[in-house]
Amino acid sequence: MSGAVVGEVPAEAGGLAAVAVGPWQLARRRLLRNRVALAMAVLLLVIVVLCLCAPLYADHVAHTDPFRSNVSGTTIVNGKPVPVMKSSTQGLGLGVTPIGPTWDIHHYFLGADEQGRDVAARLLYGGRNSLLIGTSAALITCFLALLVGGVAGFFGGIVDGILSRLLDVVWAFPVYLLAISLSTVLIARGLSFGPIHLTSGSLLLPIAIIGLVYIPYVARPIRGEVLSIRRREFVEAAIGLGASNWRLLWSDVLPNVITTAIVLFPLMLAIDMLTEAALSFLSIGVQEPNASWGTIILDGQDVLYTRPAVALAPGIAIALTVLALNVLGDGIRDALDPRAKLRRTEP
Amino acid sequence: MKDRKALVAVLLVAAAAVFAAGSSSARTNDHRGGTLKLLAKAAGGTLDPQVNYTLEYWQLYQASYDGLLAFKKAGGNAAFDVVPDLASGYKIKNGGKTWVFNLRKGIKFSNGQRLTTKDVVASFQRIFKVKSPTSGSFYAGIIGASKCLKTPATCTLAGGVIGNAKNNTVTINLTAPDPEFKYKLAVPHASIVPASSPPNDAGTKPLPTTGAYYFASYDPNKALVMKRNPYFKEWSHAAMPAGYPDQITQSYGLTVESQITAIENGQADWTLEAPPADRLNELGTKYAEQTHVETLTAFWYAPMNVNIPPFNSLKARQAVNYAIDRNALVKIFGGPKLAVPSCQVLPPGFPGNKPYCPYTKNPGTKWSAPDVAKAKKLVQESGQKGAKVVVISPDDEVQKAVGVYLASVLNQIGFKASSKTISGNIAFTYAQNTKNKVQINVQQWYQDYPAASDFLNVLFGCDSFHPGSDSSINMAGFCNKPIDKQMHRALKLEQTNFPAANALWAKIDHQVTDQAPMATLFTPRHIDFVSKRVGNFVFSKQFYWLVDQSWVQ
Repeated sequence: MSGAVVGEVPAEAGGLAAVAVGPWQLARRRLLRNRVALAMAVLLLVIVVLCLCAPLYADHVAHTDPFRSNVSGTTIVNGKPVPVMKSSTQGLGLGVTPIGPTWDIHHYFLGADEQGRDVAARLLYGGRNSLLIGTSAALITCFLALLVGGVAGFFGGIVDGILSRLLDVVWAFPVYLLAISLSTVLIARGLSFGPIHLTSGSLLLPIAIIGLVYIPYVARPIRGEVLSIRRREFVEAAIGLGASNWRLLWSDVLPNVITTAIVLFPLMLAIDMLTEAALSFLSIGVQEPNASWGTIILDGQDVLYTRPAVALAPGIAIALTVLALNVLGDGIRDALDPRAKLRRTEP
Repeated sequence: MKDRKALVAVLLVAAAAVFAAGSSSARTNDHRGGTLKLLAKAAGGTLDPQVNYTLEYWQLYQASYDGLLAFKKAGGNAAFDVVPDLASGYKIKNGGKTWVFNLRKGIKFSNGQRLTTKDVVASFQRIFKVKSPTSGSFYAGIIGASKCLKTPATCTLAGGVIGNAKNNTVTINLTAPDPEFKYKLAVPHASIVPASSPPNDAGTKPLPTTGAYYFASYDPNKALVMKRNPYFKEWSHAAMPAGYPDQITQSYGLTVESQITAIENGQADWTLEAPPADRLNELGTKYAEQTHVETLTAFWYAPMNVNIPPFNSLKARQAVNYAIDRNALVKIFGGPKLAVPSCQVLPPGFPGNKPYCPYTKNPGTKWSAPDVAKAKKLVQESGQKGAKVVVISPDDEVQKAVGVYLASVLNQIGFKASSKTISGNIAFTYAQNTKNKVQINVQQWYQDYPAASDFLNVLFGCDSFHPGSDSSINMAGFCNKPIDKQMHRALKLEQTNFPAANALWAKIDHQVTDQAPMATLFTPRHIDFVSKRVGNFVFSKQFYWLVDQSWVQ
């Protein structure tokens, strides 16, 4: 990233009719020219809209409560009532199998899990939680990373020493191990910190844990960026003009590092969603009766042999979402910093 | 001539009988040998027979450790019979307070050491020294036990357990007659180990055995190996029969799914774990001949803490009982062939069981359907509507599913419930400790011995409730003085009139059910899935599959 973001006259504009185009507008234009990134943005949008429509689907289409067990219930397949959970009548008569995908949008489209709940409805509700946790955690990470990295890089000296060592301490733990340890402790007891009280089933717990453990991953590059900007001529000129530290930070440094945070945001969102899925799969993320894509994969594990769709559906949803976020993230980075792309393509 | 013909006939019959017996014995001997390969997800903890309290190892102790008495090694209900084991016989004197055992001669431990009365006396002292989990419940009636419970390290049981080396007898004196004492002497905690055994939990270091097998090695992260005891000679087929395999191994670490696949492929012979729900149909159809389903004297239940909200309200507890769809739980457990809905504590066919079910649409002797409307009304009347409830369950597949189901039911009738899973390694003790404020949890209880008190008195007696302790098996914290008084009366009555005592236990069972310190869920059945090569499968209702009585060749 560079200070060139401020007041650049784009090469593309060239000629006599050259008009100064703002960096954000320029980035937007570059992004719109990236077809793959756009396709992924549309895919992401579709996923988000579908997930937001979860209550509509559950209440008005499937007419089901995805959080209530329906082990003894029935549904309609080909116009006939059938049990949601069917007991075996063959051989020794052992085992009960949940209904598989009916491909009927009104009745167990993707089948049922071992509690007789509609997998399609849970998938949409689970997606809401996964996206909510991922987005919130990524926002927390990027905001706190900007704060910590910015302050450490700008003030330097002892402030940088303390903050950087703190980041190193967190960085020293394998991120999943740290997240699992924190989750195991906090899921069992909840969190009380001053006026903040989070119960063990609260979604805020996985948000806070995931948001915090990734701070060093974003704060370190931001600190490096700030250290570099701090020595640039336009900053020294502003110092020479008698600008205060806070004015320098707000007006000169932040606009130049915010793009780093913006580029990292979709990537962090993808990573956070994967981490949430991993924690929930280990029963230490989202807690029942809430659902997330990770918890649905966990539910699906119990019926993997008979009803693989239960685990596959959220797995595919996670894969598509993460793919969309990563490609979109790359597109945003290329749009904001075309030289990074050039650097990558150089032999 | 006639006499000669008769003589020839007799000789022929005798010869045929000898041949038949010989060939039968030869056939039996043909099956001796080989290695029986068992699997388990994880090791069962300490191998010390006086400390371990898991079915995982109690099943193996059947073929290795002996007590003065033993449960008969036989299939079905015959396994509930108690027979002399290391004792050749015993007499009960002094109105049931004194038990005199004649010790068998010529028995040796697996280390070659001869069994003496000294070992027997030391073993009873060791029960207290190692703080056996049942030292306070099963053996507290021995004279001197109260002192041993207070200061285990210096336990002598003076006047309680007396060995007479000259007569080769051991006398046990009780403070009061105990008709269930014979059962207590037949469980592994009363195993006889060498007097030289350490006075603390032996952990992973196997103690010498007297039975058909000894533990050759034990690595809880890897495997356990049992081999034939070179000094074992069968003294009682009923108490400790010789086994078929030369070696029995139990390996740890595979997932249940992998264990089932390994058995299907003939790479292993048996798994301790219940088969996963998605493999049951496969086992019941494709591998029906290798799958054994047995009825158990056990029950699955959800203890409700009667001392903290919302289940300090009787109506709230009864509401839960009315709302639970037992058929749904049966389905979660694996279907109607694997479980039967139930409402009461004592399992069907158990001493004192008199069918009773008040918590159903048509109250009577059998559960028929949930009464959700009544449940909702009771929650409203209890004043606990909207109360937050956390259902605790161990993290294995079935118990977790039961926990999720219970939370769903609680939400349906007006509580704000969620479920939380806890590692199976700690869930049992976590739920017992009142400090953890567990409101409701998923549990199951399998009999230690065939007596009503093992369910009612153990699980719901005041003596079993120890606030703040990890060892408080009365998880509901239920202490109803009038009912407790009746339990003590029934225990006393057992000494003189067993049928009358059982009638009283039946009454107590119904009273406890009415007070609903728990919601009984169902009576389970047990599945054993064995490899194709396993023959002579014998299931003892006491300690389940008699591992060493099956052959692998």
